[in-house]
Amino acid sequence: MSEPVTAMGGVAASGGIAGIREAERQGMVTLRGDLSAPAVGKAVKSVTGMAVPGAGTFAQKDGVALCWMSPDELLVLCDYGSAEGIVQAFDAASGKAHLLAVNVSDARASFQVSGEHARDVMAKLCPVDLAPGAFGTGMFRRTRLAQVAAAIWMPSDDSFQLICFRSQAQYVFDLLSIAAQPGSEVNHLCSTG
Amino acid sequence: MSSRLTSGGRFVDRGHPVTFSFNGRTLSGFEGDTLASALLANDQMLVGRSFKYHRPRGIVASGAEEPNGLVNMGEGNRFEPNQRVTTTELFDGLAARSQNHWPSLEFDIGAINTKLARFLPAGFYYKMFIHPRPLWKHVYEPFIRQSAGLGQAPKEADADTYEHFYAFCDVLVVGGGIAGLQAARVAAKSGARVILMEQTPHWGGRAPVDGGTVNGAPVDEFVEQIVSELETMPNVTMRTRMMGAGVYDHGYVLGYEQLRDNAPAKPGPRHRLWRIRAAQIVTATGAIERPLSFAGNDIPGVMLASAVRDYLVNFGVSAGDRTVIVTNNDDAYLTAFTLNHAGRTVSAILDARSPDLESPAMVQARALGIRVLAGHGIAAVKGGKRVASVEVCRQEGSGAVTEEIACDAVAMSGGWSPVVHLWSHCGGKLTWDTDQAMFRPDVDKAPTGADGAAFVTAAGSANGLMSLAETVSDADAAGKAAARAAGFTPKRTKAPVGEASEEARMEPVWLMPAQADYEHRAKAWLDYQNDVKVSDVQLAAQEGFESVEHTKRYTTLGMATDQGKLSNINGLATLAGALGAEIPQVGTTTFRPPYTPISLASIAGDARGEVFQPVRRTPMHDWHDDNGAHWEPVGQWRRPYAYLRQGETVSQAVNREVLNTRRNLGLLDASTLGKIIVKGPDAGKFMDMMYTNMMSTLKPGKCRYGLMCSENGFLIDDGVVARIDEDTFLCHTTTGGAESIHQHMEEWLQTEWWDWNVWVANVTEQYAQVAVVGPNARKVLEKLGGMDVSREALGFMEWADGEIGGFACRVYRISFSGELSYEIAVKAGQGRAFWDALTEAGAEFGAMPYGTECLHVLRAEKGFIMIGDETDGTVIPQDLGLNWAISKKKEDFLGKRAQERSHMTDPKRWKLVGLETLSGAVLPDGAYATGAGVNANGQRNVIGRVTSAYYSATLGRGIAMGLVLDGPDRMGEVLEFPGTEGATFKARIVDPVFYDKEGEKQNV
Repeated sequence: MSEPVTAMGGVAASGGIAGIREAERQGMVTLRGDLSAPAVGKAVKSVTGMAVPGAGTFAQKDGVALCWMSPDELLVLCDYGSAEGIVQAFDAASGKAHLLAVNVSDARASFQVSGEHARDVMAKLCPVDLAPGAFGTGMFRRTRLAQVAAAIWMPSDDSFQLICFRSQAQYVFDLLSIAAQPGSEVNHLCSTG
Repeated sequence: MSSRLTSGGRFVDRGHPVTFSFNGRTLSGFEGDTLASALLANDQMLVGRSFKYHRPRGIVASGAEEPNGLVNMGEGNRFEPNQRVTTTELFDGLAARSQNHWPSLEFDIGAINTKLARFLPAGFYYKMFIHPRPLWKHVYEPFIRQSAGLGQAPKEADADTYEHFYAFCDVLVVGGGIAGLQAARVAAKSGARVILMEQTPHWGGRAPVDGGTVNGAPVDEFVEQIVSELETMPNVTMRTRMMGAGVYDHGYVLGYEQLRDNAPAKPGPRHRLWRIRAAQIVTATGAIERPLSFAGNDIPGVMLASAVRDYLVNFGVSAGDRTVIVTNNDDAYLTAFTLNHAGRTVSAILDARSPDLESPAMVQARALGIRVLAGHGIAAVKGGKRVASVEVCRQEGSGAVTEEIACDAVAMSGGWSPVVHLWSHCGGKLTWDTDQAMFRPDVDKAPTGADGAAFVTAAGSANGLMSLAETVSDADAAGKAAARAAGFTPKRTKAPVGEASEEARMEPVWLMPAQADYEHRAKAWLDYQNDVKVSDVQLAAQEGFESVEHTKRYTTLGMATDQGKLSNINGLATLAGALGAEIPQVGTTTFRPPYTPISLASIAGDARGEVFQPVRRTPMHDWHDDNGAHWEPVGQWRRPYAYLRQGETVSQAVNREVLNTRRNLGLLDASTLGKIIVKGPDAGKFMDMMYTNMMSTLKPGKCRYGLMCSENGFLIDDGVVARIDEDTFLCHTTTGGAESIHQHMEEWLQTEWWDWNVWVANVTEQYAQVAVVGPNARKVLEKLGGMDVSREALGFMEWADGEIGGFACRVYRISFSGELSYEIAVKAGQGRAFWDALTEAGAEFGAMPYGTECLHVLRAEKGFIMIGDETDGTVIPQDLGLNWAISKKKEDFLGKRAQERSHMTDPKRWKLVGLETLSGAVLPDGAYATGAGVNANGQRNVIGRVTSAYYSATLGRGIAMGLVLDGPDRMGEVLEFPGTEGATFKARIVDPVFYDKEGEKQNV
């Protein structure tokens, strides 16, 4: 049996004002449930060992991250191979909690944007305050990237990771490449101030 | 003549000459020049022809307000019309051409219009081109088009790129003059995040030109000091060449940054549109000097007094050797002093104010030996393509000429108007300042935000404070107020102290001389760009136009690309005079963004070319592309319409795919179909509400075709539902319906049935789905090996999880073609590999991919409806004979009550039937069947329409479906369908199932 592949085979672009590359395969599980319900919190804790993260943030432990998507949705990030197991664990742990856990690892594409001007590049596409201090590591944001939906976070101070729908991977890669074209530095948000 | 002085010019670098061309003539300037200053340095006074009368026109202003100096810039894919010479920075190789003339700028045939001016008054087009109506299109419009318009439209696609940028700040300051700088400084010192933008390449505005001191130091040193201080502050972003284009609700501001219009060879985007959210906005946008209305005020060489000294101080360019200054205020005396200091001759100052007025400026002028004629003005300017002389007269009176003064430039000043545009965009009100004869921001009626609090503060001369001392202290207060309103605590610092100046008051002059006769008024221009004169506005008033908005549209005053920056106040003062009303009663027209035109491309940003729209691609997209896919857009997806082989037409390919699928094996990429998971203890109840069918009785492992209606009863989507387990359903939607049906479900769950225990998730993209269709479908799956797909193990309308060819998959035994068919879902990341495996294994069974058109033909042959063909938002399931799919046992479902309304149960609703042409031809899609007689409008009565029509390769003839009055009761009747080219098609009403009526083939 063939190994599942990412949407764009790990495409990368350099030469612009930020590095862009498709991320490795990533396990993703959508968890729907009332995050304020104690039973849901208990199930989340028993499966991941973590409490439900606060709005606009994510928590991580042992290679698993819990990302806050909305008051009734979490996105679980994990190894690609672990997603099915996590879905099953949630199904088993739900108990009295009413939950929907579903593997969406293949439904998404993921990209990394890195370098001194990463914030500038992202701010060309996302209507989010990305100034240092307003957005940084530990935060997680669902937003719009030009004309499509995306979620973004910062693995480090000068890099972003984003996820979008798999079918839009080419569009997003093209957009990022244009936004990072040589000579397009904005110098409004770069980490050097 | 205009010329470059041997020294001077703050902005020009005389060590770096630059070559450019104007109308093909090679000229030279310096780095730092604007195109305007460089043209003047080359004595190019004439820069264009006016819009209506084709009069020769020269440069009037030195900034964004310039009405005349518009040129076609660049060539080919970098051509752009209507570029202002005063804001265009000179660069090596710049190529500009003047506009609106034929055959040449110097000799223009259209100038005959000026001789006909008496016959081209205000409202000429409205009056002339009303009757007769048949001439509108072919006579009047071409005539108007020929004479209208300034620049040419570009013919090639733009070669440059553009982008947006989202920014956020606490205090946004628009305008980098002395007021903007000071406001930004105090706001920044409070800790607020500040963005400061300036439309020109330079900080300081006009303060360094006009001079004076702040805190005892020359004002240009003060500017340098603030700029260097701001540059070191990490919470401040400073941008030159960026215009505040518009202020919108909730502190939203558009900043238009021109990144390399001054250096086209630089890499990167050309313009960047900043989309800024600011808690507070300070508009420090300065003021614009007004022209005076006298005869011949449009002759090249007549300029604003401030512009004359701008060119002298900033660019070392003199507008003329002998200049006459005409003014109603003290400010224009600065121009006299500047000229005098530069060794140019000031022939006279004509001061229109009362002859008994004495001002320090007059005293100073006379001390310099400059002749000052108080109580005087210009009766008329003499000259054609440039100023030759002025006829002097008394301001009070009708213009008897007292003397003629030879000169080659006229510097005029009618007072100043604060730039209130940005203040006004979002509802800031204005107040009339009688002393200064200007509209200024009414500080008590600022634009307000959602909380009712003001979010815009005007500062400096934009706030009507014209002296250096007032400007600086007002800006200091504005910056602190904005910071405070944004939640910061400004430092308790003293405001800088600007040098006080003693000025005599200005006196409004709206016509020069006051009693000018018609001949003179008809040569006194208000709006240079749209050729509107004092006499036109007076005529409009005489004809009953009392509203300034109506007068604007009737005369076109202020409607040109400059939006009346120079003309509006003079025009409405003229209107007020003609109506015998006060100026504030007449009011202003509405200020709308953008402040000056911005490029359309900057608004589009990155959305062009490949990324104009997000195109959605399935995991098999590249395979399709490599194998002859003729693409069809379906929503934002691209799906293969058919796969073209060498030498095939599209219809040949479709016919081949249809026959092959019926006879052998077809493969369809069905990945785009929507897949929505519905889960929870109340899932069955929810499904029963969403679908017209009973879904709660569906057994796990089984599939059921279902219909969805809106609450108004209309059919909105259809698809196969699979029950995964007791709590879980998987709903297939149409390709276009995946997102909208998901939202539809969420909306009902969140707003109406919020207490039901149901969650939904859209998993459309998690799976690649392939329809394996045709008599050989089972063979290829068995060859790949894995799960049992026999009739016994996996019956029609059942699904099962398993493995095929090593791929984990879910197999649905469903058919949209009437053939033996399996729809197989695998993980999207394995979609391409699975597709490859199927095509390879299927080769010996005659596997061919098929596209959406073949899919349509196959389903139409079976009489299956298609959302969007048989439905159009007005069709209910009952119209389509789908009563079998509407549960009668259920108490309720979305659309149930609506379908019981009288119109919905009307037996005269058109119903679905099959249609077969007598000739075998294909009916035109959408064609109407005509009945007897005519309707109330004299149109033929219609009794039905074609909803789908195809050539069926299987049957060798055209087939169609349609909605027909009493259709199912009229089997065998022949209807007439008029086509588009005189042909009328005759078609017989038949059963909509054309092929395999018993449904045996799908059930093998």
